[in-house]
Amino acid sequence: MSEFIEYSLLGLLSGGVIALIALSFVLIYKGTGVVNFAVGEVMMLGAYLYYAGAVTWALPPWVAFVLAMGLIGVLAMAIEWAVLRPLSGQPAVAVLMATIGMASIIHGGVEAVWGGDTYSPPTLLPRTPILMGEILIPGTALGNFAVAGLLIAGFLAFFRYSKTGIALRATASDPVTAATLGINIHAAQRLTWILSGLVGTVAGVLIASSAGLSPLLSAAALGVFAAIILGGMDSVLGAIVASLIVGWVEALGAGYLGGKSRDVVPYVVVLAIMVVRPYGMFGTKGIERL
Amino acid sequence: MRTAVFHENFASDERLWDSPTQRRAMLLFVLALFSLPLWAGDYMLAMACIVGIHVIATLGLNLTTGNAGLISLSHGAFLGVGCYTVAWAAKLGLPFYLCLPLGGALAAVLGLLVGLPSLRVKGIYLAVATLAAHFILTFVFREWDSVTGGVPGTSIPRARLFGFELIGDRRNFYLIFTVAVLGAVAARNLARSYIGRAFVAVRERDFSAEILGVHLLRTKLMAFALGAFYAGVAGGLLGYFYGAITPEYFVLTLSVFYLAAAIVGGLGTVLGSVLGAVFMTFVPEALRLVAHASTQWFPNAAGLLLPMQQVVFGVLIIGFLVFEPHGLAALWARIRRSFHLWPFKT
Repeated sequence: MSEFIEYSLLGLLSGGVIALIALSFVLIYKGTGVVNFAVGEVMMLGAYLYYAGAVTWALPPWVAFVLAMGLIGVLAMAIEWAVLRPLSGQPAVAVLMATIGMASIIHGGVEAVWGGDTYSPPTLLPRTPILMGEILIPGTALGNFAVAGLLIAGFLAFFRYSKTGIALRATASDPVTAATLGINIHAAQRLTWILSGLVGTVAGVLIASSAGLSPLLSAAALGVFAAIILGGMDSVLGAIVASLIVGWVEALGAGYLGGKSRDVVPYVVVLAIMVVRPYGMFGTKGIERL
Repeated sequence: MRTAVFHENFASDERLWDSPTQRRAMLLFVLALFSLPLWAGDYMLAMACIVGIHVIATLGLNLTTGNAGLISLSHGAFLGVGCYTVAWAAKLGLPFYLCLPLGGALAAVLGLLVGLPSLRVKGIYLAVATLAAHFILTFVFREWDSVTGGVPGTSIPRARLFGFELIGDRRNFYLIFTVAVLGAVAARNLARSYIGRAFVAVRERDFSAEILGVHLLRTKLMAFALGAFYAGVAGGLLGYFYGAITPEYFVLTLSVFYLAAAIVGGLGTVLGSVLGAVFMTFVPEALRLVAHASTQWFPNAAGLLLPMQQVVFGVLIIGFLVFEPHGLAALWARIRRSFHLWPFKT
């Protein structure tokens, strides 16, 4: 039983970080209708920039963190301006391939600069493990979860109460009407990309400082598709709930079936949902079915 | 030399090659292609074989994605299915002319299965569904040791024809390019048949297609199955060409490579598949040669090669999407128009 609780706790905690990555996807899908396959690479680049700031240039970790976020923000803006804006209105396959192309460029760039080695960047959070009865919880897992939770709560509040957040939501749900009402939809879409990049950077830094930093980090984002599909691609709340579920199921699967199941369980889930309930738990039921 | 073509009826308008000049040019091209093993060096011949395999696979993906508009990210895995089927069937002693269609057929059946979600979802959701299918299939390649040989991989016995072993690139070349030419002509013919037109109708607007009497379920599944069939055959040829294969080969990058080749070449055209596959195979090779040549000035050029290939790959995809969305085929058509009626004035 205590084994079950330990796996469950670890799974839910890792679900927090999955939720950040999922949020990074969902923000862009909801805001601009693009499924961004470069989320993993942006996340990885953010983590490398943080490493460069904190270790190579020996800045204090918090300064390096802010610097990485700033650079990723600029990059996200550039991507939106140079790639996605010219492609708006193109068929889905074109936009999809453009994000894959971007992923390839970033991945190659990172490997060209930093190589394929594994680094361990300094942690922002305390590493002291916490002992609860017989259950040992790594400190980083708890810290990551706390940061992810705070950030997500912040985002939910931002979208609900701030004027900018409401403008973003308006742009997402109906760009034409939003433009008529005086919202600058280009600025809104730019902001969406920046926010997504920032969330990705936080996720990247959290994962890198607890699990090490290598180009493999970007692959973590592909497994998140299970969470996004389960939650519904256009639902922030759905992404969060589904991430916790996916984290939990993955941890149980890895615990009881062995680590290999992690490679395949999320995708079986994806296919099953696609056939049964393609709009996920919380998504809009507006998917065209033919 | 060619003059303007004047079509008098539908049949002549629909002809594959619309003038004697064009027919002669095609014949010359095919003859030149098949004379390649007689004069080309080993390196060029091996490259040509790989290009041929990529052409076949790209032709298939271009049917699914270019003609029918269904995004597939599991094409690389279908190659794997074909390859492992051929390996397995060849070990049972089946001749290659049965193994290859069998590999294609099994890939097509799996294509049908993967295509099933396309009845419920489309566009980007379909991309994610096929992505999931890709990972599940590659998981099977790695884990089903008794058939696929697991991570260390498996070997494929040589193909034989009339007791004549297809050993070495020179003999494999003829096998690969016979299939490639047949595949290209078949794809071109399909495009002007009822099925091809149904594909395009579904791509352009599936509601209207259904109202016009196109059976959506059948058409979409057929697009997936046909694309997967090409992939399966290409995978089988790949197996015969390399003689041994590991699951490492069928990674997601391979699926992305074929999508990129279809886009760079030109979606929905046979010429595009051919040009795209050739171009996308030679660009990394060209980079490799450049890196090789520049090691004397930059000692770490070899280490930068792989990342640079990735960067160039991404730049090519985005560049073509933004600046030439119809790909090399459109570029070629523009060039050809300028000397179309040479030496007469246009």
